[in-house]
Amino acid sequence: MQINAAGCHYRILNQQIKEAVKSGERHIELFHVNGQRYIGDGVRGDVVIVINGVPGNDLGAFMTGPTIIVNSFAQDGVANTMNDGKIVIKGHAGDVLGYGMRGGRLFVKGDVGYRVGIHMKEYEDKIPVIIAGGRAGDFFGEYMAGGILILLNLNDEKPQKATGDYLATGMHGGVIYIRGDIDKYQIGDGVGIKELKEADNTVLHKLLDEYCNDLDIDKEFILKKPFTKLIPISKRPYGKLYAY
Amino acid sequence: MKPGILSPYCEKDISACGLTGIISRKGKMIKGEVIIQSITCMNERGNGLGGGFAAYGIYNDFKNHYALHIMYSDKKSISITEEYLRDTVKIEHQEVIPTRRVSAITNPPYFMRYFVNPPDEIHENMEHESMELREDNYMVKIVMHINSEIPAAFVVSSGKNMGAFKGVGFAHEIADFFMLEDYEGYIWIAHNRFPTNTPGWWGGAHPFTLLDWSIVHNGEVSSYGINKRYLEMFGYKCTLLTDTEVITYMLDLLIRRHKLPLRLACSVLAAPFWKNIERMEDDEKKTMTALRMVYGSALLNGPFAILFAHNRGLVGLSDRVKLRPLVAGEKDDMVYMASEESAITEICPNPDRIFRPDAGEPVIAELEAS
Repeated sequence: MQINAAGCHYRILNQQIKEAVKSGERHIELFHVNGQRYIGDGVRGDVVIVINGVPGNDLGAFMTGPTIIVNSFAQDGVANTMNDGKIVIKGHAGDVLGYGMRGGRLFVKGDVGYRVGIHMKEYEDKIPVIIAGGRAGDFFGEYMAGGILILLNLNDEKPQKATGDYLATGMHGGVIYIRGDIDKYQIGDGVGIKELKEADNTVLHKLLDEYCNDLDIDKEFILKKPFTKLIPISKRPYGKLYAY
Repeated sequence: MKPGILSPYCEKDISACGLTGIISRKGKMIKGEVIIQSITCMNERGNGLGGGFAAYGIYNDFKNHYALHIMYSDKKSISITEEYLRDTVKIEHQEVIPTRRVSAITNPPYFMRYFVNPPDEIHENMEHESMELREDNYMVKIVMHINSEIPAAFVVSSGKNMGAFKGVGFAHEIADFFMLEDYEGYIWIAHNRFPTNTPGWWGGAHPFTLLDWSIVHNGEVSSYGINKRYLEMFGYKCTLLTDTEVITYMLDLLIRRHKLPLRLACSVLAAPFWKNIERMEDDEKKTMTALRMVYGSALLNGPFAILFAHNRGLVGLSDRVKLRPLVAGEKDDMVYMASEESAITEICPNPDRIFRPDAGEPVIAELEAS
């Protein structure tokens, strides 16, 4: 099914999408999207939504199950509190991606903005994953409580600043893999830099296979550079902050 | 302070607004419709309580005169203001700013524009000031006097060959009201406002301007009190009830009067953290340390993304931890800056480049030397 979103208010567009999903549509392609917010929000089920144009903020928030493919770039708040499903973005994406994300996958080919993957969490088999191909801004994985964050910096742009400052500040669960080195100065308190073990490599390979397949990237090239692993070394990094 | 508008409890407002700006680096004229289309794409970021525009290159017939856009919320203030202007400046031409009836806009104020120059005598009376600053400084005094002393009269803009158009409504309604489709400029900035702390009133809409500076802002200046008191020492009077006003005067002070290069002025507003200064090379460390020590009271605290324009360029800047979005794009000689990518792709579907600048790193676009 195809929907022309040109000049269409987001309420009407999202209503059309939800009605199509309800009537059993499995493949929806949107054309001429520009800035319409909340696409795919709260949508459940097995449906592929392809977006041509620039989707607005909060793409795929609270979503459970669908696959969203963005053929250009995306703005702020993608995968906000997302439950399950997948979002693939073929360009860059903005700030606060995957805020409080609880499951599913977000794959971005280009750079990602500030505060990506903050408050991500996991429970049993619900493990959210974000992979970004470019650089990330400050506060990457801040207050992370679970899930997997992977940053690739494939263009090796500003290699010393692949992520910004306050990396993983307050992290108390989950794991972050960064391709290349990071400066200890950038990471927050209570976070440890570790070498990858066999189990890490297994997970990483499986996820990168899927990422490379979806975004047409050469996995061999990615693996030419070793990864650094960040994990919390405390479950309560600030437990004693206000105690004497 | 003028009575009637200021509540002691609301010195500033917190807002989450939409910004957009365009410049043609070759100085080509851009039609009003273009910026209207871009800002309208972000209606969701405003709430109908403020919208505005600034345009450069719109008054070629009077390009060497200061164009005073004055808003009168009471017609009685017109004669008082005009008498004051006749006493203090040479008025070359004056006219009503054309407006049309718009159903969404009720009870608008009255708008006039005056093309003026300071009298020749100022060069004798202001000998203590440098030659090049005299006229501008004189005009700043005129603006401050009208804003703070004449009830119900406010200077909306005061630069040469530029003007600001703003009010209560969505930006596209304000554009409709002021018939902005009739104007062409080489730089435009626009704003959709979402005020949450002070009443949305006509003077409180963005842009804020002084001489040819104009500013649109998304965020909240938490340091408003400190900034305001610092500016008062240099003769600036904050009368417009919105925190953004201090940014305008701060830029005027830093760049025009203290002659800081643009990039350093941005480092004053969004100063690097001390922990990062520690790690800089010696020269840069020295400069940044000096800036923070001298201009501590000019630091803007709190979340912000701003666009500011002047006769020769457009600048975008976000706060040092990027608490508000800022996106930039380029296509040939055009540079675009906005709160969202879609505001750029709305008017430039295939930009050569679109990027998100790092926190505190200004995007500077200037006219090519002609």
